[in-house]
Amino acid sequence: MTTAAQIDPMMPAAYVVRQVSKETRDTFTLTLGPEDGGSNGSFQPGQFSMLWVFGVGELPISISGDPSASGKLVYTVRSVGEATHSLISRKVGDGVGVRGPFGTGWPLEAARGRDVVIAAGGIGLAPLRPVIYEVLKHRSEYGRLVVLYGSRSPQDLLYRKELAAWARQRDTQILVTVDYGGLSWRGHVGVVTTLFKYARLQPQQSVAMVCGPEIMMRFVTRELQTHGFSRNDIYLSMERNMKCAVGFCGHCQYGPLFICKDGPVFRYEQIRPMLEKYEL
Amino acid sequence: METLERIIAEQPFFAGLEPGVLELVTGCASNVRFDAGAYIFKEGDEANEFYLIRGGKVALELFAPQRKPIIVETLGVGDILGWSWLIPPFHWKFFARAVEDTRAIALDGKCLRTKCEENHDLGYEMVKRFAHIIERRLEATRFQLMDVYGARKRA
Repeated sequence: MTTAAQIDPMMPAAYVVRQVSKETRDTFTLTLGPEDGGSNGSFQPGQFSMLWVFGVGELPISISGDPSASGKLVYTVRSVGEATHSLISRKVGDGVGVRGPFGTGWPLEAARGRDVVIAAGGIGLAPLRPVIYEVLKHRSEYGRLVVLYGSRSPQDLLYRKELAAWARQRDTQILVTVDYGGLSWRGHVGVVTTLFKYARLQPQQSVAMVCGPEIMMRFVTRELQTHGFSRNDIYLSMERNMKCAVGFCGHCQYGPLFICKDGPVFRYEQIRPMLEKYEL
Repeated sequence: METLERIIAEQPFFAGLEPGVLELVTGCASNVRFDAGAYIFKEGDEANEFYLIRGGKVALELFAPQRKPIIVETLGVGDILGWSWLIPPFHWKFFARAVEDTRAIALDGKCLRTKCEENHDLGYEMVKRFAHIIERRLEATRFQLMDVYGARKRA
């Protein structure tokens, strides 16, 4: 099917909110469907859309749903400002403009036959959830799945029921930590890098996918390399101020790259010089 | 004691110790168990031992006036619990509580301190190994202090 992005990448397609689910006190998951009831919605895990809240503005949001589920697009959004607050306040039936999907996806082809190691921080789990769906759906095509997920507190953890369900799958290790826990929290406490010592890692036969605040990704990539991961087997999802999403406007320029067009998923080796540069 | 020496020798923390040095360490070691909920040590108490956790989970807790107590870190299998035994004035700085039934090898700190003074090879090995743990925890603490998920996040 021809998508709006193929016709004109700057033209939003009309979608409506089908479902709104509260994840945490400030984070919600929105399920959108095409207004005309069509089957649009195919994407690669890791890609993002530009969501247009009429009268407010447009936001780049990673797609967090199941890539095999047609006819809907799922986004997990944290309220951090006026536009995101307006987006999560949409009610079922409200309209939202959607451009995309845009950008590069996670390297699922390169990961075939290998272990998949996912390290996510905070809402960075959302762009990686489609990878987890994909690996679990095609379980025999991948090796072990290891998920290391860190959040600020137990109340800030996303997808708690799914995390528990994923942990019951074969060859799957789900490790969750929070930076601070109350006395009633029985899980792990410590930054996400402290989970590595409990992970069953085989660095030489793994692909690592990392998403979260940039400083968290720097700590994690360092830890991955300490454990023997090659820089070429580490992928990061970067975030900058994306506007046009097709590399025209230059808002998301990152050294010689555009996050929207060349990313958001990059091989670590490709962006390492910029990551280590002060104030870039 | 032979069994305990073998168990200690297999722990990464003690890997590579000369047999004579390992024997000195084992002489200060004993097996211990803590029920879930039991406090292993409390802030301000004398720090006379450290622990190598073999099973279960331990929470390090911090209590501050007019604030809810928090867990600042949990430690699990293979982790070393406690370094205050090595550093004057040898008092615990946190509360340590077994979150689950926990078994560990306890190393008598007073016994080890005496042996470290008498045998500087042992002393150097212990300081070197603890410095590594302290460095890792300091880095994790700095990361934790940044509160990276608090201010700006991916939308």
